[in-house]
Amino acid sequence: MINLETPRKFRAFIDQANKVADNFLRANSRKYDLAEHTYPKELDMLASLVDGMSDSGQGQGAGATGVRRDDVEAADSSQRDGKIKNGANMSSALSIIEMCWGDVGLLLTMPRQGLGNSAIASVATDEQLERYKGTWAAMAITEAATGSDSGAITTTATKDGEYYVLNGEKIFVTSGDRADSVVVWATLDKSLGRAAIKSFLVTKNTPGIRVERLEHKLGIRASDTAVIVLDNCRVHESNLLGNPDVDPKEGFAGAMATFDNTRPLVAGMAVGCARASLELIRELLEGAGIEIDYDTPIQSQSYAAATFIAMEADWEASLLLTMEAAWLADNRKPNSMEASMAKAKAGRVGNDITLRCVELASTLGYSEMSLLEKWSRDSKILDIFEGTQQIQQLIVARRLLNLSSTELR
Amino acid sequence: MTNRKDPMGIGLQVLNRIASMPGIDKLGLRKTTEKAVYHGAKSGFQTAGVVNRTFKRVTSSGKPTRLSRTKDSGVFDLSPTEDQKMIVDVITDFAKEILRPGAGAAEVSNDTPKEVLEQTSEFGLTLLNIPEALGGLSEDRSTVTGVLVAEALAEGDMGQAVACLAPAAVATALSLWGSAEQQETYLPAFASDDIPTAALTIAEPRVLFDPFVLESTAVKTADGYTINGVKSAVVRGTEAELFIVGADLDGCGPALFIIESSTEGVTIESDPSMGLRAAGLSRLVLHDVKLAEDALLGDGSADDYRECVRLSRLAWASLALGTCRAVLDYVSEYVKGRTAFGEPIANRQSVAFMVANMAIELEGMRLVTYKAASRAEQGLDFAREVALARRLSSEYGMKIGTDGVQLLGGHGFVKEHPVERWYRDLRAVGVMEGSLLV
Repeated sequence: MINLETPRKFRAFIDQANKVADNFLRANSRKYDLAEHTYPKELDMLASLVDGMSDSGQGQGAGATGVRRDDVEAADSSQRDGKIKNGANMSSALSIIEMCWGDVGLLLTMPRQGLGNSAIASVATDEQLERYKGTWAAMAITEAATGSDSGAITTTATKDGEYYVLNGEKIFVTSGDRADSVVVWATLDKSLGRAAIKSFLVTKNTPGIRVERLEHKLGIRASDTAVIVLDNCRVHESNLLGNPDVDPKEGFAGAMATFDNTRPLVAGMAVGCARASLELIRELLEGAGIEIDYDTPIQSQSYAAATFIAMEADWEASLLLTMEAAWLADNRKPNSMEASMAKAKAGRVGNDITLRCVELASTLGYSEMSLLEKWSRDSKILDIFEGTQQIQQLIVARRLLNLSSTELR
Repeated sequence: MTNRKDPMGIGLQVLNRIASMPGIDKLGLRKTTEKAVYHGAKSGFQTAGVVNRTFKRVTSSGKPTRLSRTKDSGVFDLSPTEDQKMIVDVITDFAKEILRPGAGAAEVSNDTPKEVLEQTSEFGLTLLNIPEALGGLSEDRSTVTGVLVAEALAEGDMGQAVACLAPAAVATALSLWGSAEQQETYLPAFASDDIPTAALTIAEPRVLFDPFVLESTAVKTADGYTINGVKSAVVRGTEAELFIVGADLDGCGPALFIIESSTEGVTIESDPSMGLRAAGLSRLVLHDVKLAEDALLGDGSADDYRECVRLSRLAWASLALGTCRAVLDYVSEYVKGRTAFGEPIANRQSVAFMVANMAIELEGMRLVTYKAASRAEQGLDFAREVALARRLSSEYGMKIGTDGVQLLGGHGFVKEHPVERWYRDLRAVGVMEGSLLV
């Protein structure tokens, strides 16, 4: 039955998440935005809480460990009884919305919730899962000359007996400094193209891996963004996540599997961040006597009220697209296009809304005494990382028009 | 008054001279000019309302029958029920086989063929919101079904969809807000084999129209009410036997009134508009129309009127979904086939991204519209969601319509392709108030 309300069973959980976000994240927002690169110690306590929830099974997807692709048991059960599920994908999306309503940067630096952790969950063998339990793993893919075209990375992994020797330089590694391990994408053989790209888990204490510097950023300043150098870094072959064979047919899919699961979550980040701005601007406008009326035609209301409704409409669309992508994943339906739609819409709308809310709030919005200006800086990256706006549009267009990457470039 | 010395006046005189020239016939131009003149006159074409059938007044002291609310399943779910799938399948076939091919001819005739209207009656579209006890199809509110049906019809042709759905709006209004007497007097006709042509009208033709600030008035008299005003967006008004009309009641705010078409003082003026030509849009001119007390729909509460406005906006958003899907499908095919500079234009990012963004916005507006509908049928407050759905369907509906023409280039501008009609139809979405309900 068509129903787009928040699943009943998650309502209490979301409420909790909101309180956590308010007390641990929002409360520390400005502090760590100003003290860039200072470790947010308040998060350690929160991380233990989340770990506990994940381990007890009550986490309901609160963490980055997400859903494994080959969750066979779940697949069978939902196909057998045909019942619609609201599962871990949905609850993860909803919880990340609350966390980012709190603070995007602080969410990104939650211990043991790195993108590398998602990669491990998506791609690792069962033995590796056990071995890497409890680590905080960052993800290192991007290089100075290679961002969107991740198939063109030049970091190499050369086999030497039972080891691989890694050489290269990675940039934009979120939590690169604070994490205790890094999942590094490297190629086994550049001449074999994308199929030869594999990911390796490298613990920070391994000789040959070092954090070269930390970036100073426009936003999400609470999150450390590192340049990491691999200089003849030797890792044992058992650190190669998943399948070591170069299979041209499987190609890139293994490595990219992580992103299909995380794309709706990144959309959720933008949804949460924008909601923070919308709620505050509404409070400010209503405090200034502006009435926002859902029945009076928008063209007959003040510019501010009409703008608010227009922003809220776009926001609602991005929320529901995110929930749709999560719902499809929970119900074992393909969601690649919808995930990209969600990320594209939420990314651009999140940025528009946060910027326009500053505009509406005049110099109050522009001041560091309000969080509005901070949210408008944080939102920009959400339309860029994990697949830019333009890449998302490319993915949607190719699916829709049934075009290959050689046809629609 | 044309002044000989006035430049415009001189222009008109010249035109008049051209028109009287025998040469115009040689060039085969007379027919075209005559058509234009006829059309100009037709805009002002006025008629009294058709003689309506007798609606046998029923006196009842019972309570009106209302549909119950659908229960909240507690689960986020985008799957239609089996029933909904069946209905939508049938309607989709009909839209594809009948409505779409007939759209051009319907436009030219400014009306929808009788056979099409009868077929949709046979589908039971009018009965969706009439309670079973009164001859209808439902126990529970089925707003979502209404949305899905409107969407499916509009994918075929919005104009004909509007014509087909208009009588159902009157039936729905009677179901949702009418008194027991009104339900028993009028609903049997809607559940019969011979459904009355009927129209619900709230809109008035003026700039920045606000449905909550009506200029049409209803003044309470000793015998009932006297109504004055001009209403617009009246679907197939020249054929309608029964109207439900919004008017301001004694300066206290808008209410709805039942008016039979033969009532003295009722005049219909044909109002061909930018699009929705097959819907026979007209204006209803009410001059000292005297109504009995029982003409006030239900108890005339502000809540009922507000719900009417919201449900009609939801209906228009639903139509937008269908027509936008038609545009998206059409342009997707076109850009893959059309070549320029050695390859299909679909291979160019600027073209491909326009199509991708159409799909993204359509999916967003679809979900928000469904959410509003699902809240409405569960009895939850849906004012916010309808406002958001209206904003999206108006803004992006029109963007999709205009991009649809753009992607076909010059071919999009001519009537050989349907995109120009969808452009004109989609402009209605942000403009319309009333006329339809879900």
